[in-house]
Amino acid sequence: MASTDIIHVSVVSAEEEIFDGDAEFVALPGESGELGIYPMHTPLITRIRPGAVRIKLPGQAEEELVFVAGGILEVQPDEVTVLAETAIRGRDLDEASANEARRQAEEAMRNRETKVDYAKAQSELAIAIAQLQAISRRQKRH
Amino acid sequence: MAGGKEIRDKIKSVESTRKITKAMEMVATSKMRKAQDRMRTARPYSRKIRNITGHLADANPEYSHPFMLNRQDPQRVGLVVITTDKGLCGAMNTNILRAVTHSMRDFDAAGIQSEVVAIGGRGLAFMNRIGARVVAQAVQLGDIPHLESMLGPIKVLLDAYLAGDTDAIYLCYTRFVNSMSQEAVIEQLVPLAPDKVRADRGTHSWDYLYEPDAQVVIDELLVRYVEALIYQAVAENIASEHSARRMAMKAASDNAGSVIDDLKLVYNKTRQAAITKELSEIVSGAAAV
Repeated sequence: MASTDIIHVSVVSAEEEIFDGDAEFVALPGESGELGIYPMHTPLITRIRPGAVRIKLPGQAEEELVFVAGGILEVQPDEVTVLAETAIRGRDLDEASANEARRQAEEAMRNRETKVDYAKAQSELAIAIAQLQAISRRQKRH
Repeated sequence: MAGGKEIRDKIKSVESTRKITKAMEMVATSKMRKAQDRMRTARPYSRKIRNITGHLADANPEYSHPFMLNRQDPQRVGLVVITTDKGLCGAMNTNILRAVTHSMRDFDAAGIQSEVVAIGGRGLAFMNRIGARVVAQAVQLGDIPHLESMLGPIKVLLDAYLAGDTDAIYLCYTRFVNSMSQEAVIEQLVPLAPDKVRADRGTHSWDYLYEPDAQVVIDELLVRYVEALIYQAVAENIASEHSARRMAMKAASDNAGSVIDDLKLVYNKTRQAAITKELSEIVSGAAAV
């Protein structure tokens, strides 16, 4: 049964767990303003802007501050999860990094034929495999 | 004595090689453990998204996202090929590149074009050499991968998928089975397989409040999910890399040891033969007197 005065809070990013613990109250920078979440809050999914997540731990006067570069918030009656970004995102920023990646690739392909030479691939892999087999043959002899 | 000094020099040289391979084995062991930890800490994020997405899919059956729809008659596919930057890791890169080349040939035979996103220097160099179409790359990611450095290349592929220029994306990497075994795998990334978007437990009866609306939320979640799946494959590949390098360096140390044993045998035989020869010369000289 969900408790009326404690919620479990976890802040996770794709790379690691940033925070995991129980809280009395959580404040987050929502897209359209600051969000305050108490236990037994209605279920919600929304985006949050880069900023500080303030977590009021039980029995502690000071709030725990966790900085996130934006992300997605999921609220259940007894659990709050912040799916945090690992870096500041934004339509223009993401578009710029994709364009940079395309540009790099185009430059690399400029002076090159892009038709796969399977014979060349085959022979290169065969050489590598032969080298590895030579090593294991040596091991088997002893 | 003929060859004695040369043999001793050779023994010393192999011994110092063995010191290096032993050191590399120890470093690889420690890096492998850290990489395994990183694999573990990356999981809660994608598990959470999978559970939310599973619930969303059940609660909103009428909304289907392009990432989840299978496409008939694919014309072009994208392959995210994950390899290492550095070598000396045994057969690891060779195995995944062999599997990928095989797949590319099969696609070619079926009239399907393939494009590559290369993550890792070895795969990039190989794909460039054989003339594959490399549409984006990410190298020098280091032992601690950062999602940020992969976002550009990932977006190139996802944009192409959403625009209909690419009909499926595959993840090609080396799975970390355990500390002694790695396995080259090619998995379909998008369209997402049903078990990849299924929630762990039975879904709850209530539905969320979505801000600003369900569609925007699902869109963002699914993009984040695909990014997280790619990140996990990269993190797993790094663990496999260190495990493979550990095994390769151990084999190299063992081989060096056996070469040293052989050389010492030859050295001793040579030395004994020389002594025997000297003795017999003395004895026959004394007999003549």
